[in-house]
Amino acid sequence: MVAIEAEHVGKSYRTEGGDVGLHDLSVQAEAGTVLALLGPNGAGKSTAVRGLSTLLSFDRGRARVAGHDIRTQAREVRERIALVGQSAAVDDQLTATQNLVLFGRLRGMGRADARARASQLLDQFGLSEADARAVRGFSGGMRRRLDVAASMLVRPEVLFVDEPTTGLDPMARRDLWQILRSMVREGTTILLTTQYLEEADALADHVILLGHGEVIAEGSPDRLKSMVGPPVIQLVFETGAQADLALSAIGRTVKGAVLRDLRTVAVDANHTDVLARCLEALRDVSASPIEVSMGKPSLDDAFMRLTGHQTDAPEEEA
Amino acid sequence: MSTTTTPVLGHPHSIHPPGVFTAAWVIAGRTVGSWREQLATVVITWLFPVFVTVLFLGLFGGALRVPEGTAYVDFLVPGMLAVTMLFGLETTTLSAAADSALGINDRFRTFPIHSAAIVLGRCLADMLSSLVGLTVMVAFGFLLGWRVPDLSPGSASAALALLLLLRFALLWIGLYVGYGAKSVASVAYVQILVWPLAFFSSVFVNPATMPAWLGAVAEFSPVSATASTVRGLLGGTSWPNVGIGGEFAPVLAVAWPVLLTVVFLPLAARRFRDGAVDRRD
Repeated sequence: MVAIEAEHVGKSYRTEGGDVGLHDLSVQAEAGTVLALLGPNGAGKSTAVRGLSTLLSFDRGRARVAGHDIRTQAREVRERIALVGQSAAVDDQLTATQNLVLFGRLRGMGRADARARASQLLDQFGLSEADARAVRGFSGGMRRRLDVAASMLVRPEVLFVDEPTTGLDPMARRDLWQILRSMVREGTTILLTTQYLEEADALADHVILLGHGEVIAEGSPDRLKSMVGPPVIQLVFETGAQADLALSAIGRTVKGAVLRDLRTVAVDANHTDVLARCLEALRDVSASPIEVSMGKPSLDDAFMRLTGHQTDAPEEEA
Repeated sequence: MSTTTTPVLGHPHSIHPPGVFTAAWVIAGRTVGSWREQLATVVITWLFPVFVTVLFLGLFGGALRVPEGTAYVDFLVPGMLAVTMLFGLETTTLSAAADSALGINDRFRTFPIHSAAIVLGRCLADMLSSLVGLTVMVAFGFLLGWRVPDLSPGSASAALALLLLLRFALLWIGLYVGYGAKSVASVAYVQILVWPLAFFSSVFVNPATMPAWLGAVAEFSPVSATASTVRGLLGGTSWPNVGIGGEFAPVLAVAWPVLLTVVFLPLAARRFRDGAVDRRD
């Protein structure tokens, strides 16, 4: 069964800098799978999530979520979905229990049912000791867990998660991944947006790479990674002059060397001996880097390779 | 939490979502419930008009000339009832901004409830808060020496109705400003802006003593209209040398709130519905 189906949806906002938003997106997600929208700030990810979760109406295209049309059957859609937004949307002034009871009652539970369900969820999310504390004293990770718990008061057929781990520490991030995975095992379909290639890789069955409101690439995480290419070697020099010198020396012996910024040379490590050849070339011109690192391509690298452009917006600090 | 925790999914059977009034009631209950968690803040909000009254009585009680046989407190307290409504604008703006900026409205809007319930819930809670504030102000007014000769239930009800009408109109301004806010801090200016609205009115001094243009503005303000009318209804005398704005205060006390509501209610509703447009990726 198809849980999320969108055909050429889009929405434009006029700003001084020209049209932004989401230009053209088509997606299809089978029930019980995870679809990730990957992209930098301003790529159109949130517009897609907000449109599909009925928070805004698309200018064009049509979409069905959990078997219902988002435009004509918004209420039926809302009965079957939940949204975990960018900021943990819980009331700071209320306790964890009060928050969940409130949301439960708005979902249609009686007070007693809502209380029982709240205590069950707080227990499962490791928050039972903090149940009577006001949320304003919670850590980022605790707030996020409460936020996700709130989306599970009634089992959603489709869960929308907008940048769930931005701002979380690695431990809290891993916990959240675990929770999302177990929801999928129970049959929930998840559409998540993220700025992290690693997150899409860890969770998604299908990834759509968005940039400037357009689909740049899509496929399984493995396919996307192969499209994005090999690991990257980064060489940082003390001065720009040294970096220039190094770039021309390396360029003579390996392909795919570029100047990432004034003092940093990036080289695609598409062969096992690339690193050795780079260092050899550097020795010949006596340019010694102050930092050498090799890692998986970042979202910036992926963009650079797939579009030939840098991402406009700086990645948010995590 | 332990990483082995497997969240059990929710009730598999379908649950009937609440109707618009039930949902509004639950949402209003959320605000009332939060009063307990922030008791000090809420109590200060309710007592603040009393502080202002005490301050002005102390400062100007002896200096201001009032008609013979009356006391400054009899001018000030009924006026402060209108100012209490005006101060409610802060509460509405800041809480609407918080709900909007923190994504709480968005969460509500993905629930299968009528979206009017979300706004209605906020209205109910804020009107209730102002009603408590009004009661506190009246009680302390009496303690401070305010006297209401020959109060009839009819005029008391009319005064209450006018005060709540003003509050109702201000609600929509607060929601309009708050729903458009990107953060709570970005609308904190409301806390300063209410002061000129309170001062340039007939609440604290006689507008006839102000420079002519300012006196005219002050006399025609919505706060003055309600303050002067309520003062009249509760057995007080008006300031001497009242101008044309003061003559028509009872008309303005109805016309202003109606006009403000007609303008700002649709604007606030539209901002609420399109709230998402302001936040892009």
